[in-house]
Amino acid sequence: MSDEIGRGDGSIPNSVPYSFGGQWSPSDIEIERRAARKRNVRKNALKAALSSVLVLGTLGTIVVTSPGWKVLSVTFFHWSYGFSILPKILIGFFESNVILTLIASTCVAIIGLTLALIRTSRSPALTPFRILATIYVDLFRGIPMLLIILLVGFGIPALQLKGVTNDVFILGIIAVIITYSAYVAEVIRSGILTVHPSQRAAARSLGLSNFQTLRYVVLPQAIRRVTPPLLNDLVALIKDTGLVSILGVTDAIRAAQIEASRTFNYTPYVMAACIFLLVTIPLTRYTDRTLRKSIERQNAQGQA
Amino acid sequence: MSIPVLEIRDVRKAFGSELVLEDISIAVPEHTATVLIGASGSGKSTLLRCINLLELIDDGIIKLDGEEITSVETDPDVVRRKLGMVFQSFNLFPHMKVLENIILAPMRVHGLSRDEASEQAMELLKRFGLSEKADQYPDRLSGGQQQRVAIIRSLAVAPRLLLLDEVTSALDPVLVNEVLSTVRDLKDQGMTMVIATHEMGFAKQVADEVCFLEKGRILEWGTPERMLENPSNPRTKDFLQRVHEAGRL
Repeated sequence: MSDEIGRGDGSIPNSVPYSFGGQWSPSDIEIERRAARKRNVRKNALKAALSSVLVLGTLGTIVVTSPGWKVLSVTFFHWSYGFSILPKILIGFFESNVILTLIASTCVAIIGLTLALIRTSRSPALTPFRILATIYVDLFRGIPMLLIILLVGFGIPALQLKGVTNDVFILGIIAVIITYSAYVAEVIRSGILTVHPSQRAAARSLGLSNFQTLRYVVLPQAIRRVTPPLLNDLVALIKDTGLVSILGVTDAIRAAQIEASRTFNYTPYVMAACIFLLVTIPLTRYTDRTLRKSIERQNAQGQA
Repeated sequence: MSIPVLEIRDVRKAFGSELVLEDISIAVPEHTATVLIGASGSGKSTLLRCINLLELIDDGIIKLDGEEITSVETDPDVVRRKLGMVFQSFNLFPHMKVLENIILAPMRVHGLSRDEASEQAMELLKRFGLSEKADQYPDRLSGGQQQRVAIIRSLAVAPRLLLLDEVTSALDPVLVNEVLSTVRDLKDQGMTMVIATHEMGFAKQVADEVCFLEKGRILEWGTPERMLENPSNPRTKDFLQRVHEAGRL
């Protein structure tokens, strides 16, 4: 509270009770300083407002008065048409994109964590698994996801294996899981590596086994540290679920595409984009906030 | 005389080609404190880490209660259950509250229930005047309080031997005392300890034996009175002189 004093927004009364008796009132110099700060604040606000109006106003005018504006707004922003087909896109979004995201993110968390643990373990018995996990991560982090989707979605049914599903929705989920597990494994592994060795030493010196140290001391700190990048991956995953539409899954994008190719109006795509934004923007904001908090926390720890 | 709690014989340790411990031999009888002094890099911390099996020694033998703990068959986890270690940098677990820090090992290693462990931990916290910090996270505590919690954490498993690695070096001078008086209390209660420190006044108060290390060797050892007031080795004299000039005596 006390550091509010002197920040001088002028709201502080000129005389406040002093903590050890008596009254404190700002000196003439301080009063003048506050007035000057107030003038500066007003001046800066005015500058910001003026430049915003000027730049944004000019840009807006150029766009709206350009010769193509009318046709553009009809082809892309035909709202009444857009809202009439919105239910179709929403059904695609909830039945495909949302469900895909829920299933995939759960599986990715489990597989990614397992891969990260295998890669950071030092047990000699796990050596072959360590090699396999490294190859897996290198491979699937390096191949475009679209390729994996095509390979799994069209390739596996072509094998005509007994007992293996041909459902493109399931195959699409599998492809997404394969790729994102590799990403997430690396994020978690980097988190594990940033936990200071002294934490491990402290845990081991208490008699905790290697696994207990990992379970109770290293992993909780690692996961906390990589939560922001993991949330980033979640946002990316939500968007990338749209890629399975290439297999013929009727998700939000596919539903929009069907509509657009029927009417040659592209508002359905814009509607689909808006639906994605409604989910991703809040999530990105939330990610930014957790990232900022975790940086603040780390800085605070550094000072202690 | 009964067997010492800790016996170190001819221990040698190298990091690569750099020899950090050479011909170290120490015996620590029950209820006594051995204090290691010497400049930074003289091998004090490494010796403590070797005792705790956090480092593997390259030669010699370390015995705990007469049993060799440096043999290949020894399970380090079993040995560490009997040892407590406190670090210069506290190393509390930042994601756990004070109480959780303390009950972790009693619960997970010694199989106590959460209630038993908490009860015992609260008793310890009370004894060291920290009960009201039980529900706080370590970063809300001062350095001195954090270090005292770290000491309590290592006591919670009722160790045979406590290893203290420059426990006051990361604290500002005002906070040093509260930690040192905690260690003095432990000594009075009969805890067997090996202490690496730069605090010579403190060494004089708690030590039964003082060892002066330089470049990985014990150059001189003896009672604190003789070692700190009338050392015979010129290197010890020189070291104490420099400590004195730094205002730590």
